[in-house]
Amino acid sequence: MTAETPAMDPAAQEHLEESGHDTQRGGMDTALLGMMLFIASEVMFFAALFAAYFNARATLPVFPPEGTEFIDPIGLPLFVTILLITSSFTMQWATGRIRAGDRTGLNRGIAITLIIGIVFLFLQLYDYSVLILEDDFGIDSGVYGTLFYTLTGFHGAHVLGGVIGLSVILARGLQGQFSRKHHVAVEAVHYYWHFVDVVWVLLFLVIYVIK
Amino acid sequence: MATTTYPRPATTYVSRRSKVLEWLTTTDHKKIGVMYIITSFGFFLFGGVLALGIRTELAVPGLQFVDQATYNQLFGMHAIMMIFLFVMPMTVGLANYVVPLQLGAADMAFPRINALSFWMLIAGALLIVSAFLFGGAPTGWTLYVPLSVQVAATGVDLLLLGLVVLGFSSILGAINFIVTIFKMRAPGMSLMRMPMFSWTTLVTAVLLMFSIPVIAAGLIMIFIDRNYGGGFFDPAQGGSPILWQHIFWFFGHPEVYILILPAFGIISEIVPVFSRKPLFGYKAFVIATASIGALGFTVWAHHMFTTGAVFLPFFAFFTFLIAVPTGVKFFNWLATMWGGQLRFDTPMLFAVGFIALFLIGGLDGAFLAVVPFDFMVQDTYWVVSHIHYVLVAGAVFGIFAALFYWFPKMTGRKLNERLGKVQFWILFIGTNVAFWPQHMLGLDGMIRRIPDYSGNAGWTELNFISTVGAFMIAFSVLPFLWNVFVTLRKPADAGDDPWDAYSLEWATTSPPPTWNFDSLPDVRSERPFFDAKHPELAPPAPETQPEASA
Repeated sequence: MTAETPAMDPAAQEHLEESGHDTQRGGMDTALLGMMLFIASEVMFFAALFAAYFNARATLPVFPPEGTEFIDPIGLPLFVTILLITSSFTMQWATGRIRAGDRTGLNRGIAITLIIGIVFLFLQLYDYSVLILEDDFGIDSGVYGTLFYTLTGFHGAHVLGGVIGLSVILARGLQGQFSRKHHVAVEAVHYYWHFVDVVWVLLFLVIYVIK
Repeated sequence: MATTTYPRPATTYVSRRSKVLEWLTTTDHKKIGVMYIITSFGFFLFGGVLALGIRTELAVPGLQFVDQATYNQLFGMHAIMMIFLFVMPMTVGLANYVVPLQLGAADMAFPRINALSFWMLIAGALLIVSAFLFGGAPTGWTLYVPLSVQVAATGVDLLLLGLVVLGFSSILGAINFIVTIFKMRAPGMSLMRMPMFSWTTLVTAVLLMFSIPVIAAGLIMIFIDRNYGGGFFDPAQGGSPILWQHIFWFFGHPEVYILILPAFGIISEIVPVFSRKPLFGYKAFVIATASIGALGFTVWAHHMFTTGAVFLPFFAFFTFLIAVPTGVKFFNWLATMWGGQLRFDTPMLFAVGFIALFLIGGLDGAFLAVVPFDFMVQDTYWVVSHIHYVLVAGAVFGIFAALFYWFPKMTGRKLNERLGKVQFWILFIGTNVAFWPQHMLGLDGMIRRIPDYSGNAGWTELNFISTVGAFMIAFSVLPFLWNVFVTLRKPADAGDDPWDAYSLEWATTSPPPTWNFDSLPDVRSERPFFDAKHPELAPPAPETQPEASA
């Protein structure tokens, strides 16, 4: 029991403790622990995709295989990387605001993060269209094309998941549902968003930068 | 004892919804558990019929019963049903029912996600069964490339999607169990006082959480290769077929522990209760369980020795190493029984049968870790025999032990002992008759996944014996179904604690109320309910209550 918690009927408190319902007994919040474990399983999902990439690089004499070329990291890829890293900072700032009890700050931070996420998705679609239509580089363009579209595509799907999560947070935030003490959903989405961001940075380094 | 009971409404709560809707929309872990158990038992029967098809075809040389294409579907679907739609959901169902009760919790940590997991299982199962209607999946459960990429049948796509859906269901379930075990334990129920079935459920959940995402990624890669011209596994495009084997077995080996660890937990619940002793070496048992889980991720390539693409000494060494914690478990079970007052009720019979037969499965598996021997028997009936000694004699015996043990808790009725013993002996003998000859067939070079063999090969008698055994196993299910049917028509007179057991699930009524416990005994050891029944033997209460409530 923390000091700020208002006095509770002792019998009710005893019931909570006896039945294991009491989430105040210390440790991580139940929902947050669930989110952390979910992210851990997501890490394994991307690990398998990355393993496929490294397997191809390790076994092929020339990589990428003949007929395909590395995509230039300078330009759009570098720009969206900077964009996504920025969004991690705005997300962190938004979470910090609600931890301090500032609801308006939370909504502003979430809105900026949400906009960056949506812009990222549109830029990714634009990038795909250029690669497919102008460079004739598709998912069937050898193993490099398959890996490129699978890795970036599943990352994009996760950004979309984050965008949906942020939208829910924003909608709830605008209704004033979060406070300094009650904002576990914000914490959960903020962990998830950082995870999506870290995956992109690794993707950028592995797929675009390392030759 | 802190057993304050709280006033409840005098009249019992009557739901306005119908009974059917009540079950379909429930978030009660007990009802969800029962639905898991019933569903998976249905698939056990389904998969068993497929197995009879396989054994009927193999009873004598020649193709009499099914053609080759049908045969390919039979063995693939048999494995997929038994692994993904029977053993996994069955153990999840048992854990769903029992683990929150053993922890002294009111429900799982995320009851609605729990219901979601169950209904995703149904969705995935429908996709997998519907694959039959669209050309089936003649790929075996291992879905090896290039076959699984090149087979044109839509059934393979449905199978892939179904497995991904099942995987998502498993991941959500695993997260739910881990959070429940870490956050929902009753006061005093420290991790090192947790019943062994809860421990094995925890380790199983961790294995699921780290292995299922990997196979999900692999299944998606096959899907992309099949449908969008991808090149993951196509050497012509720079891909690698061996990559699939790595991904599959990185999941596949932890998967076999996912199938067997819950059974280890079940046996560890039953053996102490029916020996009237505490589990011997509780801490060693916990460490052994965790070690098996960790080592499970280091041995995947022992399924790939003959590819020539893996570092043999590493994987052979770690495979042998797993025998050590498994041996610790066997030692602990035997030491628990040693000098105990043994009672051979049906759950204990199945538990002892498990210990005897799983040993055979473990030993012939250790043979497979010997690289030269493995080269000789790769893809032969030796491997078929091994997998069935660990999964039939292991997982199935464990599941029946659990069903007999916890049936009184779920229904308030004890299953008939005489029918149970008849079932046990038919199953025990049938298992050995079916699978022992397969060792000899394997050593003699009979390859698995073939529908026919030459009458001159000298395999006819052993195959016929094996088929007889398979029908004995199938027949042993009939007394069980009859047993459940007649028992459910009898009055609920088993009482709350028919086995004089140790753990908290027996400290509530049978069946438990929706909220599980009106009050809980103090938890001061790994046998809290035993302590409550025998206060003179219980560890003393702590002298000062932590933070004595004012």
